[in-house]
Amino acid sequence: MALLLASLALCLLGGLLGLLLRESVRVMTTASIGAIACVGAFSAALRVLLNGTPVNLHTSLVLPLSGVDLSLDPLGATFVAVTALVGFASCLYYVGYAKDESGSRATLSLFMLFLFSLILVPVASSVMTWMFAWELMALSSMLLITTEHRDRLAAREAALWYGVLTQLGAASILLGFLFMTLHAHGQTFSLLEHHARALDSLERSAAFIFTLLGFASKAGIVPLHVWLPKAHPEAPSPISALMSGSMVALGVYGIIRVGDTLLGGGSLWWWITVTALGVTSALYGALHATTSTDLKRLLAYSTIDVMGLILLGVGAAGALTATGHREVAHLAMVASLLLIIAHGAFKGCLFLAAGAIERSAGTRNLDELGGLLARIPTTALLFVVPVLSVMAVPLFSGFSSEWLLFEGLLHGFVSHNSATSIAILVSVIALALTGGLTAIAFVKAFGIAFLGQPRTIAAAEAKEVAPSMRFAMLVLCVPSLVLGVAPGVVIPLLNRASETGLGFTPASPLTRGTGLVLSSWQGSMEPLLLLSAVVIASLGLWALLSLTARGGTRQVAPWSSGRDLLTPRMQYTATSFAEPLQRVFVDVLRPDSDLDVTHESESRYYEQHLAYLNRVDDTIERSVYHPIIRNFRRAGTAALRLQNGSIHRYLAFGFAALLIVLVALA
Amino acid sequence: MNFLATAPLFYTVGTSSLQVLVLAVGGLLLLGVMDKIRARAEGRRGASVLQPLRDVRKLMTKERLHARFSSVVLPLAPLVLLVATVVAVAIAPLASTQPALAPSSDIYVIVYLLLTGSIALALAGLDAGTAFGGMGSSRAMTISALAEPALLVAVLALSIQAGTSNLPAIISRTLAHPTMLSSPTRLLALVAILIVVIAETGRLPVDNPSTHLELTMIHEAMILEYAGPELSLVTVASAMRLGLLFALVANLFVPWGIATNTSPGALALGTLWLVVKTSLVAVGVSLMEVHRAKLRLFRVPELLAGGFVLSVLAVVTGLVTR
Repeated sequence: MALLLASLALCLLGGLLGLLLRESVRVMTTASIGAIACVGAFSAALRVLLNGTPVNLHTSLVLPLSGVDLSLDPLGATFVAVTALVGFASCLYYVGYAKDESGSRATLSLFMLFLFSLILVPVASSVMTWMFAWELMALSSMLLITTEHRDRLAAREAALWYGVLTQLGAASILLGFLFMTLHAHGQTFSLLEHHARALDSLERSAAFIFTLLGFASKAGIVPLHVWLPKAHPEAPSPISALMSGSMVALGVYGIIRVGDTLLGGGSLWWWITVTALGVTSALYGALHATTSTDLKRLLAYSTIDVMGLILLGVGAAGALTATGHREVAHLAMVASLLLIIAHGAFKGCLFLAAGAIERSAGTRNLDELGGLLARIPTTALLFVVPVLSVMAVPLFSGFSSEWLLFEGLLHGFVSHNSATSIAILVSVIALALTGGLTAIAFVKAFGIAFLGQPRTIAAAEAKEVAPSMRFAMLVLCVPSLVLGVAPGVVIPLLNRASETGLGFTPASPLTRGTGLVLSSWQGSMEPLLLLSAVVIASLGLWALLSLTARGGTRQVAPWSSGRDLLTPRMQYTATSFAEPLQRVFVDVLRPDSDLDVTHESESRYYEQHLAYLNRVDDTIERSVYHPIIRNFRRAGTAALRLQNGSIHRYLAFGFAALLIVLVALA
Repeated sequence: MNFLATAPLFYTVGTSSLQVLVLAVGGLLLLGVMDKIRARAEGRRGASVLQPLRDVRKLMTKERLHARFSSVVLPLAPLVLLVATVVAVAIAPLASTQPALAPSSDIYVIVYLLLTGSIALALAGLDAGTAFGGMGSSRAMTISALAEPALLVAVLALSIQAGTSNLPAIISRTLAHPTMLSSPTRLLALVAILIVVIAETGRLPVDNPSTHLELTMIHEAMILEYAGPELSLVTVASAMRLGLLFALVANLFVPWGIATNTSPGALALGTLWLVVKTSLVAVGVSLMEVHRAKLRLFRVPELLAGGFVLSVLAVVTGLVTR
């Protein structure tokens, strides 16, 4: 605990120094202090995960009236570890990244405050501490989104959307907690957990649904996701990495902590709801990711997709606990936690890489990039590793976790409860569909940005970014590789986290080892052995090729139908790459496509000018949120008519209001 | 759960190497046989069934041609594709239920190994920066992305029946309980898997392997920049993939004949049966092809959606009747 407190204090110190120091030393000092804080938090979390005993602390020195309650248990420690990992890389990255606004005093100290709150949320163990940390996280991240608002007006809009949804979410969480404190006579989590049985089923369900709404809005779950594809692209890249890798996952943490631990599992329908939300988000996010052309927007939709997958695992675990199949529930929960760690690392790295691409080529619009592999090879390599991981290519972390999730769902069919079976069936379908869609999205992201010819001059002149930025990406590539080749090493730790979360201690669903071997069912996946098969096959192939090769290598012109005139504009773009898929899912995506043809004046058979516009807006934003906003505006305009500036009318309003109150009280 | 740990290491590794060799040669022969059947059915004599083997031998010795602007991805992709396919073939239960790494011979692993190969080729299509390559990649990825879920869900139906997603275990269970084969789940899954296999191997009516017409090409457009040894690698890998998928269909739905013990005789018999069963599937598919016209590209998703619905039905009937 002392180590964790020291890390938290270091974050605050870093923020303070960021505010006070001269420009020349500011970034370096703050970032190094932040990185040290992350190392401390990581080792504190690791220690708890290794020995399994939670540490607690209560102090009334800090917050007045309620005091602060902290508790680091294996479940929270998992999330602290993810935050510390992504935070460490972000701090390193910041050294090379900071420029103008992103290196300003305000931004630096907010960055440290954000890091502080991200570490604080998973260790908060009372309602007051939780809400304090949660709000600090919401406010600091909201201000960080506006960092570059002078250059980009979209940042202001994004911050507004985020602010509204996150504050509504926080209010909803607070309401849920109020229901839980009804019979607890206190506000610490241990009291809430102890008295949860005293709640009747309606109070319990209300508590769960209200907190679920709040947590879902933070986790970017459809239909509360609309802020995410706006905010992630606008925030500075290291902040996006932290938001996507760690902050969004804390929404899932909240659902596990409240639903499974504090309320003790609850009813089956809660978890069916959670699974349904997960399925919707996974499919919606994956589909929108395929048609996005802004790289960071694509990553944001992919975050919605992965959060959906994680949530459907959590939902399946809850449903299986409720129907009494604890061992499978445990398996599904371990799979979800593994996916959270894997996602933190690969998505963090992808956002950092997106920032690097933006710095080198001046844009993150895929349709303006191309040919970057020859120009920035290191960044390309550091982009490929997380891309392979997110596409669930075997031997990378995404595959290990999705395989485990698939096994959890497959064996979840032991439950003969029909609602659970249907939920699990739909989950498997979502898992299968998102696999293919994610492959399209990321083949597009890598292929269009890094291969082919550059589509703009800026892309042609791209230069490698600062070494510290590349090193930070390398740090986040390590978990993708380690969890891909030896996922078994973290399983004992995740077992403890899952036990804390679900509140019971079954036998481990996986046997010890570097691979994933199920202990009660037939099924195993040993990536190390697969890797050796890959090595042997590659060596054999190499030997065969070097024996048979006769001719040399020659550069030739690519095939261009007989004309030696191949311009970069003739290449497929991100838009055209996704066009067939967009056509298949036209009813869901509802793209705005417009072809504008100007004919020659002499003959209509010749075109003078062709303009094609294709836009895919967020379907839910357009069909749900815009009507709501429109109606609010209309109501506001209507209410304006009440005010005409006459003091008599205002006095009359006051009198009428008083009368109504008196009548109502009588 | 070391259900297959009894087989000695040299046996399992030997089996896997045998499978890889049989499919590397046999896959190419299958291509030749399918072309021959098509030619005969159309009233032509057609090339010898050995023609694909001769083509590959010729291409191996040629000079490597790399398109201008292309990167390291172009020469690397065929290697990734071939290695992923070889590993998938090595771990799949084709001639024997005890290949190397039988405990990891998971259907999910094999599906994703095949997807890895598709991803590598799709990236290669984008590498030279030509319109043809991009077109091929875009179409091939769209079809893979829609075919893969249908395959996974169909396989889920089989996994629920057997209680595991381990392929050797599924096949051993089926051998022990042959009544599983006549269940509606199996039959629905069979149709779904056949549709996916036709899409994934680029046969008619999804893709025409012999076309070079720009509007209809899918696979051929993607590999247009390949020549010489690299083209031969792509051809061998595609042929092995075809062989693997046909052999899996054969073994999942007619499992008899596969070697279940470690005697060399059983393995020889298993290999023989593998060749016979896979050839029969290939003959069936090519006879079907003769009578089909290629579907318009935008009708293909409807076919795949049909396959997907059938696979979901397979799972549902499996859950209801268990």
